[in-house]
Amino acid sequence: MKITLKVWRQKNRTTKGEFKTYQHEHVSPDMSFLEMMDVLNTELIKKGEEPIHFDHDCREGICGMCSMYINGHPHGPLQTTTCQLHMRTFKDGETITVEPWRAQAFPVIKDLVVDRSAFDRIQQAGGYVSVNTGGVPDANEIPISKNIADEAFDSAACIGCGACVAACKNSSAMLFVSAKVSQFALLPQGHAERKERAEKMVAQMDAEGFGNCSNTKACEAECPKAISVSNIARLNREYFSAMVSSYKVTVGGGE
Amino acid sequence: MKFESKTPEGPLAEKWTKHKFNLKLVNPANKRKYEVIVVGTGLAGASAAASLAELGYNVKAFCFQDSPRRAHSIAAQGGINAAKNYQNDGDSVYRLFYDTIKGGDYRSREANVYRLAEVSVNIIDQCVAQGVPFAREYGGLLANRSFGGAQVSRTFYARGQTGQQLLLGAYSALNRQIANGKVKMYTRTEMLDVVVTDGKARGIITRDLVTGKIEAHSAHAVLLCTGGYGNVFYLSTNAKGSNVTAAWRAHKKGALFANPCFTQIHPTCIPVSGDHQSKLTLMSESLRNDGRVWVPKTAHKGLKAKEAASIPESDRDYFLERKYPSFGNLVPRDVASRNGKMMCDEGRGVGATGLAVFLDFADAIKRVGRDVISAKYGNLFDMYKQITGDDPYEMPMMIFPAVHYTMGGLWVDYNLMTSVPGLYALGEANYSDHGANRLGASALMQGLADGYFVIPYTIGDYLAHLGWNDKVGTDHPAFKEAIDGVNAKISKLLSIKGKKTVDELHRELGLTLWEHCGMSRNEEGLKAAKKKIQELRADFWQNVNVLGGSNELNMELEKAGRVADFMELGELMVDDALNRKESCGCHFREESQTPEGEALRIDSDYAFSSAWEYKGENQPEELHKEELHFENVKLTQRSYK
Repeated sequence: MKITLKVWRQKNRTTKGEFKTYQHEHVSPDMSFLEMMDVLNTELIKKGEEPIHFDHDCREGICGMCSMYINGHPHGPLQTTTCQLHMRTFKDGETITVEPWRAQAFPVIKDLVVDRSAFDRIQQAGGYVSVNTGGVPDANEIPISKNIADEAFDSAACIGCGACVAACKNSSAMLFVSAKVSQFALLPQGHAERKERAEKMVAQMDAEGFGNCSNTKACEAECPKAISVSNIARLNREYFSAMVSSYKVTVGGGE
Repeated sequence: MKFESKTPEGPLAEKWTKHKFNLKLVNPANKRKYEVIVVGTGLAGASAAASLAELGYNVKAFCFQDSPRRAHSIAAQGGINAAKNYQNDGDSVYRLFYDTIKGGDYRSREANVYRLAEVSVNIIDQCVAQGVPFAREYGGLLANRSFGGAQVSRTFYARGQTGQQLLLGAYSALNRQIANGKVKMYTRTEMLDVVVTDGKARGIITRDLVTGKIEAHSAHAVLLCTGGYGNVFYLSTNAKGSNVTAAWRAHKKGALFANPCFTQIHPTCIPVSGDHQSKLTLMSESLRNDGRVWVPKTAHKGLKAKEAASIPESDRDYFLERKYPSFGNLVPRDVASRNGKMMCDEGRGVGATGLAVFLDFADAIKRVGRDVISAKYGNLFDMYKQITGDDPYEMPMMIFPAVHYTMGGLWVDYNLMTSVPGLYALGEANYSDHGANRLGASALMQGLADGYFVIPYTIGDYLAHLGWNDKVGTDHPAFKEAIDGVNAKISKLLSIKGKKTVDELHRELGLTLWEHCGMSRNEEGLKAAKKKIQELRADFWQNVNVLGGSNELNMELEKAGRVADFMELGELMVDDALNRKESCGCHFREESQTPEGEALRIDSDYAFSSAWEYKGENQPEELHKEELHFENVKLTQRSYK
């Protein structure tokens, strides 16, 4: 296959970026999208040009590191991660546009690499159950009905890639935040702190500069792990219920 | 060099309890006077950092990824073993210990393995309390499955994403301590050296991968939780970033490296599709419960999966069922891998490259129906189809072995301390618990055991004896010297401007090791590999081309530094394989076989862990042996006939 690539190149956070066009003559339909980029990078290095920087690690769709915005979709045309997208999805001769995630809260570091540390800070605000190591009850002393456990798992399957933010016209992180809030709201282990958690995580989300949810459901449509927008409904319920019984929040938002 | 295992005296089942009592404690009010560095934030690192911070120590944690949640523990599929005996099927701490030591082909320390089995039960409790959504039965209690041929159901799992859920649990505990101010987290930061003064680990040198800034960090103790080195083979199931650099540079600062040639090769991975291949994807071992492995009886070059149906039953060789009638397709990983490779070596491999065998579900679908197979393996079948374009419901899968896990690693004593005082290694980065072969669902168990339940006890003893005043600041000349060394190496890599890319050289190294130090090894091949690796290393330092600068995000530079270390490690792996003239576990020396062609262990000569000492640039390393004493288990030859 032959393809034309229009790729966003940006030297660093402060330098203005631009699209560059590359003709890629050596594409096999069996390549993953990232392998196609590897081959292009090898050719660039041979020509003395700096390779295109992009984030990637596990290359099996679970670490959440890869993050390319391909032809107007996070992770490209299929509902999968970029590393699990294969070139057979594209047509011979096609022009493919590749950009980084675009969101104020995800500043570009270089080329297609963005800074997603805002996600970590949201998790640090309350995405945990406050238990220390040791001194916990036997695992089977906390029975959880299978339906609830399965639903909590569905929420917990989020890989934190940020496709939901990239897909959203408001750059909202609601799907990401709601997945964690839902997991712990569903499980008995998370009940003691559910109000505080919802308030703090939402406050941090706002402080990071993510936008609001306007129910277009683009996040759900693009999520590689099929996280449902019903999580957002649950987050809203958790948040309102926390607000009316008011837990005092001091982190960047809330009261 | 003096090194001792520090294995406690006394009956096996009492060693850990007694040892914990004998360890010196740090007064709660004094814990905040100590600083601990944790490198790597996978299961071992995140659990250790969180647990130590909860105790009151000040922790600095480092990872090269953009978030601690990306560590490769996240990709583990199958599950985690624990001797809970919830199923009432005869499991016990002793049985898990016995299975693990036997599975490791008697090349691990009894006391360590027993402790692992002992704390396994606490891990499940801890993870559930954190909100890890393990699979459950309708009654609300935890579900278990049998895994990797175990005769009891002791594996806890969260669909096919157990590693992800356990890591996110440890990550949440770590986040809580970051928020609490007890852990300072450094992401996109790579450790490039350990600083040692007066024979003790005093800190590390790091590079900020975004700005390129080289920094010194001092502490009372350093924990390396940096994973395995399977990527030395270039192609493996490891994440692309997984590397040996932290462990290797510690090795060069005096930490012994144990059993480097012990690498696990997993039989069921998706085969290589071309030269562009960047990594290999594992298909869960559970597929062998229903899939039948076969190749044609005669060579059919380039046979495609969709043409498999054209081979009549009488012309198929179900080689595992034929050779191992009692275990059939469920033989252990090493046996399945080696036999698959043998078929390909005989020219009977299938697919475009001839480096694949069929894993066929046609009989299973006929027997139980497509729906049952879909319920069991649906996500794996989908993943396979996504990657290869072939539909396993309609035609057999093609599989081939791939490097998956490294049992070897930094030598550690019973306290998980390396041969450098104050320097610890946890999880896959150490060599301690799996001997010559790791059982399925035991990697997650070991990473979390080390981090949650071993290091919080053992580190206290070292720190209490050390005292909080015994700390070296980053203004010490040793830090300056280490920084100079790191800078010199980076400048050198950037100055060569040769004709080969890092990946090209890495691929060559990988092929050499795969060919001669992979599934089966012999003296002649290993000697050829040693020579080839030395040539490659020389080629690397003359011909590598690393573009860009040092004061920016430069992923080629990162890779180059890691591959430079793999080039050195590769030779040590070969030396270790040459030295061990027996077959054991993953290590199949062709010279040491039974008359039936199975692995032959030689306990009289090789019941030891090799521990290699670095002796300087281009000097042969010195071999030390830790003799293994088996007081509780009887050594037997594995047989799956």
